[in-house]
Amino acid sequence: MSDPAVQAAVTTNASLNPRVKARKDLIKRFKKNKAALISFYVILFLIVVSIIVHVFQLFGITITPHSPSAVNLPDRFQGPSAEYWFGADHMGRDIFSRILHGMILTLGIGFVSVFMGALVGVPLGIISGYYGGKVDAVIMRIIDVLLAFPGILLALAIVSILGGSLVNVTIAVAVYSVPGFARIVRGSTLATKKLEYIDAIRALGAKDGRIIFKHILPNVMSPIIVNATLYIATAVLTAAGLSFLGLGAQPPTPEWGAMLNDGRGFMRDAGHITLFPGLAILVVVLAFNIFGDGLRDALDPKMKN
Amino acid sequence: MNRKELLKVENLKQYFPIKGGIFGRTINHVKAVDDVTFTVYEGETVSIVGESGCGKSTTGRAILRLDEPTDGKVEFNGEDIVSLSKSKLRRTRKDMQIIFQDPYASLNPRQTVRQILNEAMEIQNVVPRSERNDRIAELMETVGLKPFQADRFPHEFSGGQRQRIGIARALSVDPKLIICDEAVSALDVSIQAQVLNLLKKFQREFNLTYLFISHDLGVVRHISDRIIVMYLGKIVEIGDKDSIFKNPQHPYTKALLSAIPVPDPDIKKNRIILKGDVPSPIDPPEGCRFHTRCPFVVDKCRSVSPELETRNHMKKGHQAACHFIEEIHSGEHEATRDLRNVRQES
Repeated sequence: MSDPAVQAAVTTNASLNPRVKARKDLIKRFKKNKAALISFYVILFLIVVSIIVHVFQLFGITITPHSPSAVNLPDRFQGPSAEYWFGADHMGRDIFSRILHGMILTLGIGFVSVFMGALVGVPLGIISGYYGGKVDAVIMRIIDVLLAFPGILLALAIVSILGGSLVNVTIAVAVYSVPGFARIVRGSTLATKKLEYIDAIRALGAKDGRIIFKHILPNVMSPIIVNATLYIATAVLTAAGLSFLGLGAQPPTPEWGAMLNDGRGFMRDAGHITLFPGLAILVVVLAFNIFGDGLRDALDPKMKN
Repeated sequence: MNRKELLKVENLKQYFPIKGGIFGRTINHVKAVDDVTFTVYEGETVSIVGESGCGKSTTGRAILRLDEPTDGKVEFNGEDIVSLSKSKLRRTRKDMQIIFQDPYASLNPRQTVRQILNEAMEIQNVVPRSERNDRIAELMETVGLKPFQADRFPHEFSGGQRQRIGIARALSVDPKLIICDEAVSALDVSIQAQVLNLLKKFQREFNLTYLFISHDLGVVRHISDRIIVMYLGKIVEIGDKDSIFKNPQHPYTKALLSAIPVPDPDIKKNRIILKGDVPSPIDPPEGCRFHTRCPFVVDKCRSVSPELETRNHMKKGHQAACHFIEEIHSGEHEATRDLRNVRQES
């Protein structure tokens, strides 16, 4: 067997690294789900557009048809036209431009709050599941308390304590997503902890840190990712809801929830002011939900049947 | 033989709490291992046998402190493992390794063999970083694998090969004691023999001591020097291989041994068929734990728990826990229950 040619043949013939293989399988399974695939492209498109709009705006260049805050009172309440694609609002501002400019806020709140929630929730879940006992009991009771509040109410309470602003809305939504992460990660950690190779590595004298980061975390990654995707949808909705109530973005910020609130009084005469921001929220939330569902099915093919 | 005591287990108890109620109070215990005492000498192979749920694996795990024992002492090389601090325990673990039953579950599927072995050496810092690759190649050859296979993942190996990887991992830190927890039970018979012979070879080469946990009496007979028979969390008989197999004293051991298949169709076997199930370890029977199924049960067995002892007709070091060893041996004490079915097997 010392013949190098034989060795090379055997080595290259060996099947792929399971991580690479798993990823390839995952993509293959995901692509079968057309709705999820479309949602993925929609999300990607929205992210790219919002970043382009935002970056140009940072350099003082408005690439949307109008400036998001340009007031043009004579054109107020105008319906959709070639000039104002989605119509103009009660101040004569272009709704299409405002939606494009508000997108970065919506997506940003979604991503940042879920990231922050995961940052707190995942360690809590791992500690809870790995150490068990009293630590677990204490952490899970706190999580239960957080879960006992309806999400929007909890976010409302936090925002009313911290004061209304976009940053505080992000924090509120992050707090609201912590329990979900903690519970899911705890469950996966409990299951992973019982695997024999964790015992083997423990018997070798590995420290807890090594076991957690090298052996448990990779195993709980997929539920974390799925949960995060689904939570972004909820986060977007909650953030819009808070802004709608006037607790989040303050005028004239083109936040979608705030825009809904702006048009609330004119729904009968100028429905487009609420219709388009509402549709925008719908598209984003739906896309993340379908994408998350597809991701879950692809990551865990056993669950589908 | 050098009779240095390597592992001394004294009054080891492992109770698992059963929680219940709203506040998670402990309402009862599963007495998986209840007051077990034995000694393992350096360089020998001691087997623990018994049926499922008798606490043999739990004993192994408690010795390694993979589960914290409830009570008792585990002295390894003169050091009490149970009272060691976490960091000292980590260092001591270099000397005591475990090979698991399931070669599919005991290797991380995300790591290559090289990473698995490398991690073991890194944790215990046994080989300098620069020499690790050489050591990995050496280990692979020792267990009968090719060094170039080190960059493969566990799923690319067969069950027997994976078990060898598990053995290589255990050997990589130069342990003194290896606990083989049903190490060959998941393998088919021809592979079992290979792995057992490999283990025997390493014992000679590296002066290893094995604590071999198994339910397979054939395997135990092949590899052991001494045998411990457990029933429902307690040791019922302990002795060297020949004493146990040729001259079993405890009624349970006799029943257990009578279940070994004999590869001769003409031999009529006296199989002792035990009726009923093993009682629950949550609420084990009082007195002798075996009294609910023992053919020789009398009132004393139901109230007084027998101690392990050596009687006159037994060899030194052979102990059994039964009140009536001598009487049963001489035929004075006859079966009180008709559990002795003579089945003709052909």
